[in-house]
Amino acid sequence: MSPTNRTVVVTGIGATTPLGGDSASTWEALLAGRSGVRLLEQDWAAELPVRIAAQIAVEPGEVLPRPLARKLDRSAQFALIAAREAWADAGFTAKAGDDPAVDPDRLGAVVASGIGGVTTLLGQYDVLKEQGVRKVSPHTVPMLMPNSPSANVGIDINARAGVHTPVSACASGAEAIGYAVEMIRTGRADVVVAGGTEAAIHPLPIVAFGNMMAMSKNNDDPQGASRPYDAGRDGFVLGEGAGVVVLESVEHARARGARVYAEVVGQGISADAHHITQPEPTGRGIAAALQHLLDGSDLKPAEIVHVNAHATSTPQGDVAEIKALRRVFGDDVDHMAISATKSMTGHLLGGAGGIETVASVLALHHRIAPPTINLAQQDPEADADIVGADPRPLPAGTIAALNDSFGFGGHNVVLALRSWDN
Amino acid sequence: MATQEEIVKGLADIVNEIAGIPTEDVKLDKSFTDDLDVDSLSMVEVVVAAEEQFGVKIPDDDVKNLKTVGDAADYILKAQQV
Repeated sequence: MSPTNRTVVVTGIGATTPLGGDSASTWEALLAGRSGVRLLEQDWAAELPVRIAAQIAVEPGEVLPRPLARKLDRSAQFALIAAREAWADAGFTAKAGDDPAVDPDRLGAVVASGIGGVTTLLGQYDVLKEQGVRKVSPHTVPMLMPNSPSANVGIDINARAGVHTPVSACASGAEAIGYAVEMIRTGRADVVVAGGTEAAIHPLPIVAFGNMMAMSKNNDDPQGASRPYDAGRDGFVLGEGAGVVVLESVEHARARGARVYAEVVGQGISADAHHITQPEPTGRGIAAALQHLLDGSDLKPAEIVHVNAHATSTPQGDVAEIKALRRVFGDDVDHMAISATKSMTGHLLGGAGGIETVASVLALHHRIAPPTINLAQQDPEADADIVGADPRPLPAGTIAALNDSFGFGGHNVVLALRSWDN
Repeated sequence: MATQEEIVKGLADIVNEIAGIPTEDVKLDKSFTDDLDVDSLSMVEVVVAAEEQFGVKIPDDDVKNLKTVGDAADYILKAQQV
């Protein structure tokens, strides 16, 4: 098929997060302003400097059959649960081919994680040291490889047009969705299941992020620890889970009578080329991504009424993002209701772009922006309209939302979504 | 030393744990791959668990000959007597 520039729409959503085992319960908790952050009760956490995290609300072992679950890393378990919800939500009744509404050769899967199967890798090394060679699981390699979530989702739905795993740290989930959009736009696929997942709540990643001074050490107030844009923020809180969407060409969605949540207007991508972990302080790279988004789509700044910000609750990153929005959109930022849902979910790293795309889609669909909790005193350098403790109604008519994701390495990915009138 | 019947029962519990197949479906003539949803990777798990349970050694080179539950039971029965 020759390249095209087809309209891409979202027809299904799925999630499993620290706030709920599916997208509906997650959304309800987001609107209610509930925090998913808790004190870690595990023995291994007792002596760590950081003893808080946003752990999954529903353990995957309660959802997936045991023989399947034991062959999957936790990150792939989350991805599969979210993908199955999104797949059913899109109206598909069986895997591609068995459901004649989708051709396996025109179906893709792009699900990313920032770190891959880190708990499998570390856990099996413990097995090797403590129990010997023979006890190391023969499933270790397919469990720890970073493309495992994508590959397992692809097998589950019978996706043969291509299965991909872009890795860009905390931008991975958003980059996966952007990649999926391009697969449809350029004619490689009609339907792509895309999103992000992460499962890194383990002492080594927690200590390692902690030693970078990137994480909040507010162990005395777990639910108040993730506080994007607040003057007292002191770092991110690690979260786990997955968010997945079903993307589809509008022609394909119409032909099968699918319900459409939103249109994916476009994406903007750039790299800072500045520092391996520090955000470029003026927001130059982020601004470039936003400008590429405007240049490469029909998005109008005037229609953007909501931003699901990257806003991880680090002192530098939150401000750089607002500076970039101001640099590109100027006074138009004043009509953007900016939400930092990481205040409730924690930071899902490679999963963030997935669950935040789900949140952005639902914000447009229900016309309400989720709150930013723990915003006691807004940092004056974050010069924008941050949605505080109460959710904010969004206007009628055609409206658009941005979902920002940035990752260690200087990766910047901005996705734009637009409301859809079914 | 376990009898053939005890070995099959033990293998049934192992296959149930690894592949989720009901223990009553694990019979002598069943193929691990074709009937019991035990792929080549899971077969390694079955072998390691069986070695531990029955106190035998099953070298990697012999695993490929264990196509059915009966093959495995016979192998373990003989290996116990060594």
